[in-house]
Formats: sequence, C-alpha cells, structure tokens
Amino acid sequence: MSRGREGAPASWEVFVRPRRGLAHQHVGSVRADDADTALGRARDLYVRRGDPLSLWVVRSDSVHAVSPDERDPYFSTARHKPYRYPEQFAPLTQEGPDGDHDQ
Amino acid sequence: MSAGQTTAGAPPAAEDELLAHFEALVASGETVEPRDWMPDGYRRMLLRQIAQHAHSEIIGMQPEGAWLTRAPSLHRKSVLIAKVQDEAGHGLYLYSAAETLGADRADLLDALHRGQQRFAATFNHPALTWADTGAIAWLTDGAAVINQAPLCRTSYGPYARAMRRVCQEEAFHVRQGYDLMRALCEGTPEQRRMAQDAVDRWWLPAVALMFGPPDTEAGGADARTAALGAAVSRRAIAWGIKHHTNDELRQRFVDQCVPQAERLGLTLPDPAIRWNEERGHYDFTPVDWETYRDALGDDTHWARQRVAHRRAAHEDGAWVREAAAAYAAREDAGVPPAGTGAAGIAADRTEAAA
Amino acid sequence: MTTTSDTAPAARAVRAGARTGAARADASRTGADLAVLLLRLGDDALVLGQRLCQWITRAPTIEEDLALSNIALDLVGHARTLLTLSGRLDGTGRTEDDLAFTRQDREFTNALLTELPNGDFAATVARQLAYTHYASLYYEALAGCADPDLAGFGARAAKEVAFHRRHADDWTLRLGLGTPESTRRMRAGLERVWPYTAELFDEDDVVRRLAAAGTVPSPAPLRPLWERRVGEVVARAGLTVPAPRWQARGGRVGLHTEEFGPLVAELQSVHRQFPGGTW
Repeated sequence: MSRGREGAPASWEVFVRPRRGLAHQHVGSVRADDADTALGRARDLYVRRGDPLSLWVVRSDSVHAVSPDERDPYFSTARHKPYRYPEQFAPLTQEGPDGDHDQ
Repeated sequence: MSAGQTTAGAPPAAEDELLAHFEALVASGETVEPRDWMPDGYRRMLLRQIAQHAHSEIIGMQPEGAWLTRAPSLHRKSVLIAKVQDEAGHGLYLYSAAETLGADRADLLDALHRGQQRFAATFNHPALTWADTGAIAWLTDGAAVINQAPLCRTSYGPYARAMRRVCQEEAFHVRQGYDLMRALCEGTPEQRRMAQDAVDRWWLPAVALMFGPPDTEAGGADARTAALGAAVSRRAIAWGIKHHTNDELRQRFVDQCVPQAERLGLTLPDPAIRWNEERGHYDFTPVDWETYRDALGDDTHWARQRVAHRRAAHEDGAWVREAAAAYAAREDAGVPPAGTGAAGIAADRTEAAA
Repeated sequence: MTTTSDTAPAARAVRAGARTGAARADASRTGADLAVLLLRLGDDALVLGQRLCQWITRAPTIEEDLALSNIALDLVGHARTLLTLSGRLDGTGRTEDDLAFTRQDREFTNALLTELPNGDFAATVARQLAYTHYASLYYEALAGCADPDLAGFGARAAKEVAFHRRHADDWTLRLGLGTPESTRRMRAGLERVWPYTAELFDEDDVVRRLAAAGTVPSPAPLRPLWERRVGEVVARAGLTVPAPRWQARGGRVGLHTEEFGPLVAELQSVHRQFPGGTW
C-alpha cells in the first residue's frame, strides 16, 4: 500500500541523529512511494546543512499512538504518586533540598 | 499527515468547555498540537495561512530560478541554486505542517494550480535583470524574515517548528542578497544602475505586499478597512497565530532597510522616507493597498504566467509520478523484477521493433 | 544504500601507471596536459550542471526540484575546483570565472553527452545514469593520484557523485518498471543518449601521456567496469543497453552540437553584458 489519500504518495516520518550521544529526533515528514525514495528525499530535505550521523524514515501509518480520548488514563496518574520524585524525601546533605543532586 | 493521526471523535465534552480549555492553553503560551481539539475557525485560519505561505515559497522559486542559468559568476550560481533549493524545501516543510491539520498535499497543490488558493502577490512581479535576484533576496526575503520570526513562536506546534527551520535558512537568503547588491554597488556604473533599477521595482512589492493590507489607520487604511483588518489581526493574535499587526511589522521592515540602503548607496523609491524623531521610526508613504493589489493582483500577465508554469511542470510530470507509484505497488506485491532473463530481453527487443 | 566494493581496481590502475609509466615526461608538458584534462572534466561538470539548472521549477515533483538542484549544485562545485586548477596549470592564470564566462563556444571541451538537451525526465535520467557511473569511477581513480589537490578533489567528488548515481539508478528502475509509458520513455531515453557515451572513455595523446607518466589515469580502462555496472542497472529495470551503430565524438576538441551555442550564450549573457564587472 504505497498510496495515501487522493493518490498522493505515502507519508513517512523522518528521524535524524544529529550527532553522537543524541537519540534520533523527529524532524518532520516527507512523501514518497517507497522507502528508498523516502530516504533520498529526507536527505535532500532535512540534511542540507549539518552532518548528521544517521537518518530513519518510518511509514506514518506504522506509528501507533495513544488516542486523545485515552490521554487521561494513560498520562494523568503521575501526579498522584509524589513518592516517585527524590525531592519528596529528606535531603542527604546539609545543603538543602537541591544539595545532593550530583551524589 | 502527522504520525498517528486518528479519526477518533472529540471527547464527549461540551463545545464551550473545549473552547475554554483551548483558549486557556493558548493564553498560557502553550503550544497546540495536531490532535488537540481546536476551533474550526482556528484550523481554517491556520490552513489558509500555511497554504498561502507554502505556495509563496514554491511560486517564489520562479523569478529567481529563471536566473540560475545566467548567474554571472560560479560563486553566485552556487549561492542561487542553494537558495532556490531552500525555497523548495520551505514549501515542503510547510505543506507537511498543513497536512497535520487534515489537508492533503495533493489537494493543496490542486488549489494552487486552479487559482483557488493565493500566494504572495509579490512574486507576480517579473525578475527582469540579474540585480533583481539580489533585490528579491534582500528586500522580499528581508520582509519575510520580519514577518516570519514571530511565527517561530506561533501557537500551532507543527507550524512553529517548520518556521524555525525556515527562519534559520532564510537568514542566509537575506545576507547573500545584501552581499550581491553590495558587489553590484561597488562595481561598474552600469552594475550600480542595474542595482538601483532593481530596488526601484522591488521596494513597493516588498513593503506593500509582503505584509498584507494595512490594519491600522496610521498605516494608511481608511477607518472601515482598519477596523476590519484590526479585527482579523486581533483574532489571529488572540489565537497566538500572529503576534503583531501588519503595520507594526511593516514599520520594522522600513526601519531596518533605510540604513542598509544608505550603506549601499542606493535610494529607496519613496520620497516620504525620513527619520521621525518623535516616533523613533522612519516615516514612509502609507500603502495604497487597493490600487496596488489591483495592479499586481491575481489576474495579471505574470500572475497567470507563474501559475501556468507551475501547472505545466505538474502536468508534464504526471507520467513520472504514476511510474513511481506503479513501481512501488509492484514492489509491495512482490512481483519479481522483469528483464532478468533472456525472455525479458527478447520481449524488450520485440516491443522496440514493433 | 549500496556500497561500492570495487573501487580498488581504479586506484590500483593509477599506482601501476606511476610505477611503469615513462615518468620522464617534461614537467611543464605534464602541467599543460593536466590543464587540458582538468578543463575537460570541469567543462563536463559545468555544462551538465547548467543543463540540470534548466530543470529547476520544472521537475515532476517539488521533491525532484530539490534533488536535481542538489546535483546541479555539486556539479557546479566540481566545475569550480577543476577550472581553478586548470587555470593555474595552463600558465594563463585564468580564474574559474574567466574560463566559464569568457571562452568561445569552440573552446569548451566537455563531452557531447553533457550538453545534450534535457528532453523528458527519462532522457535526463538516462544521461545521468551514463554520466554518474562514469564520473563515480573516474573520480575514485583520481582519488588515488599523487597530486594532493587532485586526490582530495577526487575523494570528495566521488562521495557526492555516489549519491547522484543512486538517484539515477533509482529512477532508471522506477521508470523502466513503472508503467508502459514510462518504460517506453526510459527506453527511448537510453537510445537517445547511448551514442554519446563512448566519448567519455576516449584516449588521445594528452590522456596517454598523462597516464604513461603516472600523473592521472586514463578513463579508457574503466569502460568495461562501467558497462557492467550500468548494464546491471538497466537489466534490473527490465531494459536492454542499446548497441548504437554510431558513436558521437568531437566535444573534447570543441566540436559541439548545434544546441550548445544557446547554452553557452545563456550561461555567459550577464557576465558579457557588464564588461569589467565584479560579482
């Protein structure tokens, strides 16, 4: 299935690792009928400047996402579990709550 | 199309509750993301603006693109190729952003080709000499940067991210344009004359058309137009799509260009330009929008030419796009490549002879 | 992406030439010969770049406008380096711009292939296929030269051309296997440009002397490998490599096609309208 709606080529999400030590970052999307073409187009479009280390393309319709209706069940539970955060506890040094970050 | 776009309906909340939530989000300076609920008016305003911007980039390739084969030095040729290439890139970034709002790129291009969606009328101006490529970059790209810098903080995430890329690259465009003009101004008298002539022709398109109609009375609009323009701008500003009125940005542009032109030794073709100590800005002739838009509107020789050029490229390329699609469909279906054996070659010969 | 494992033979050919060649050639003669050769390569890149510039804003997709302008930009970059080196070596001190913008039509020494009008997209792809496979092999060979400027250029240009070659290969496959119309056009494109490919590998006294002296390899020995590589792509595209009954020649000695005059006129028009101009 290489066609999107209206006969346009499929959409691909583009990820670039800009330099060593960084994860791939989403930079945008391209349209192309196949993966090789998508890679070539992603290169022409998103890496005209800079010298990134690697480039990924992923079919947009292969990305599975949490639907907006389910946002709360998925994401809004964290604030009720303050014990997951270090600042909820007694500091390890005398320097105050931020003093022990690097230990 | 954005990743993971779904067709899931809006959560079962009342419209005004959603609207209140949306407006609070925007007011707090947060970014709206593709799958957030948004008012129809917001979506429509954004789509119109992004599409018009994308079309302007694509059509804007033409006046300069026409000089690629005639650039007078290989350095300038390289720079101009890189610039026109960026414009194609900007168009694509923006079409991608528009697609996150549910538009289809093919439909957007269709609308451009049919004259149903606008692009900046600035580019309906012809580029008559080499110096025009410099004047376009210095003046119209300069205007674009002023227009676009605030859009890097626009409320819609994909648009803001596209604009950050665009602005980074656009800065090179303005600098090289100014540099090109400077070389001409330091050259022979004929070169200097060519530079002045180009500025004479590109000043008004930049100052008038790149910023849209006046939306304040001070900017030259009559009371009714100003009120209307101000209402549109207010809406866009409230939604965080825009941050300034057209006239504010126009003033910023004039203030920036006057000293630059002085350094080049060029005259901006507006006798009213003079420093106003009291305002702390340069005065200039208010934009007579109606007259100007009529003269350079959507139905002039060049407006037709630009769209016809674009449409011809699209139509001439239809068979190529069809071939790419057919190839991909065939690969997906796992059809073995043809012509790998003697039969393929024989068939090829037969067909060639037929 | 494919990788090229067979770059070594070209580089080896250079080194072999350096060992066995009659390295007695007079240095100034070699310099003059090298200037001639670099001018040819520079003209190839310049003229093909000029042709590709004519595509921009007219390509089948906006993405292709980008791709073709990318290639054109690299080619102009190659031309600038090569023309600059040539101007330094030929004793006239001419700059890249002197060479590009002030020579007469008959003084250009590009291969005829590079000046062929664009035709439809398939004809352009066919021209790109032939040129990029040739340039890729020859620049890899230059990367093995003793001259550091030339070797540095060869290494950089070979990398860029590898991407151009991929572009040409990809499109040859897509057009060859796409639709009946694209197959027909791709076949016609190959038929159209193939008579112009032999000239790329021609040897004359200049090339022979340079190769014998071990300065720069001759392109002639690269032809079988070129034929194999191009042949593979064409076969995968379901087509056959044309076997033209004639081969066009003349570009290297300034005998061009009639379409070349307008190309040069356009290239030089602004530069010539402003004598003494600085840009």
